[in-house]
Amino acid sequence: MAGQQRVYNQRIKSTETLKKMFRAMELIAASRISKARERAGQAAPYARAITRAVSAVATHSNVEHRLTTERSDTNRVAMLVVTADRGMAGAYSATLLREAERLRGSLRAEGKEVVLYVAGRRGVSYYTFRNVPIEKSWTGDSDNPKAEVAEEIADTLLEAFSAPAEEGGVAELHVVYTRFRTMVSQEPRVVRMLPLEVVEGVAEPGEGLPPLYEFEPGEGEVLDALLPRYIRSRIFNALLQAAASELAARQRAMRTAVDNAEDLIRTYTRLKNTARQAEITQEISEIVSGADALAAS
Amino acid sequence: MALNVEVVSPARVLWSGEASMVSAPAADGSMGVLPGHQPVLAVLRNGVVQVTPVQGEAVEIEVDGGFFSVDSDQVTIVLDASAAAHVDSIG
Repeated sequence: MAGQQRVYNQRIKSTETLKKMFRAMELIAASRISKARERAGQAAPYARAITRAVSAVATHSNVEHRLTTERSDTNRVAMLVVTADRGMAGAYSATLLREAERLRGSLRAEGKEVVLYVAGRRGVSYYTFRNVPIEKSWTGDSDNPKAEVAEEIADTLLEAFSAPAEEGGVAELHVVYTRFRTMVSQEPRVVRMLPLEVVEGVAEPGEGLPPLYEFEPGEGEVLDALLPRYIRSRIFNALLQAAASELAARQRAMRTAVDNAEDLIRTYTRLKNTARQAEITQEISEIVSGADALAAS
Repeated sequence: MALNVEVVSPARVLWSGEASMVSAPAADGSMGVLPGHQPVLAVLRNGVVQVTPVQGEAVEIEVDGGFFSVDSDQVTIVLDASAAAHVDSIG
């Protein structure tokens, strides 16, 4: 009988230890998320400057660039999947990978060969387990992405896009990442990044003649410098958004875990009390019946 | 009249404020920008960007790649991640 109480005590203690851990992870995620959002905010001026410049070129000239033209010489397409390095973030990675699988399925249904690029350990292990070949992967700092890593990813992908078909060039680039909308809502997003579609008319046409832009040294060279940077900044932005989303998802998952642990502790405490009460009742009835037996004899 | 200058790197804004003159190492040679300059989009090569603020001392930033744009007195200097790494000290 006393054994049952001991078992409940053990369970309560171990759940309390877990709860402490969940609480700590929730706090860590909460403190990092503000930093992640701050970084996303700090990267915004750069992205804005690039976008403005790209749309200025698009409005003031009509140069064709290799990054904006469709390729038809190959049916290989690249896919960049941005996942987390660690779990403990609820359905974060699962939701994203489901979206990625859907895209992969539809691309293959169109008769395209998908080349996978993966960021984040969860994605790598997901595809390795399913024996899906990964062209290249980046792991290590999914919750704190560096601009240099984003640059490396972008350069790898740009290289693949510029490579000739027989050397493994790809015709398109799709990016699957999680967009951070608010603390409670993050959604997986699929973006076709290459070939570029520059349509946004951020630079509004002024009254009368549009200002004549001077390009130094020339339109082609400026685009050459501009478009890869635009891609880099877009990819960096995707990584930052994914990082903030991951942390938000982790914080939420850990809060739920703490709540569940508290529920469990409450349940076990009830059971423990019941067991103790049952034991007391039994002891009393044993004493009473013993006394009765003695009195009767 | 002053130029509205913003020097940005992928990670953050390195410098922003009003300036009376900006000179930058464009691909074809150094280029000075004063208020009222015509719109320009230029590629930067290695060199030093010099910003002369309306008040205070001139700021010099070493760059090795990026581009800069001028449009109705709005000057934006965009640096690469690698170029921005060693100018972290600028306020």
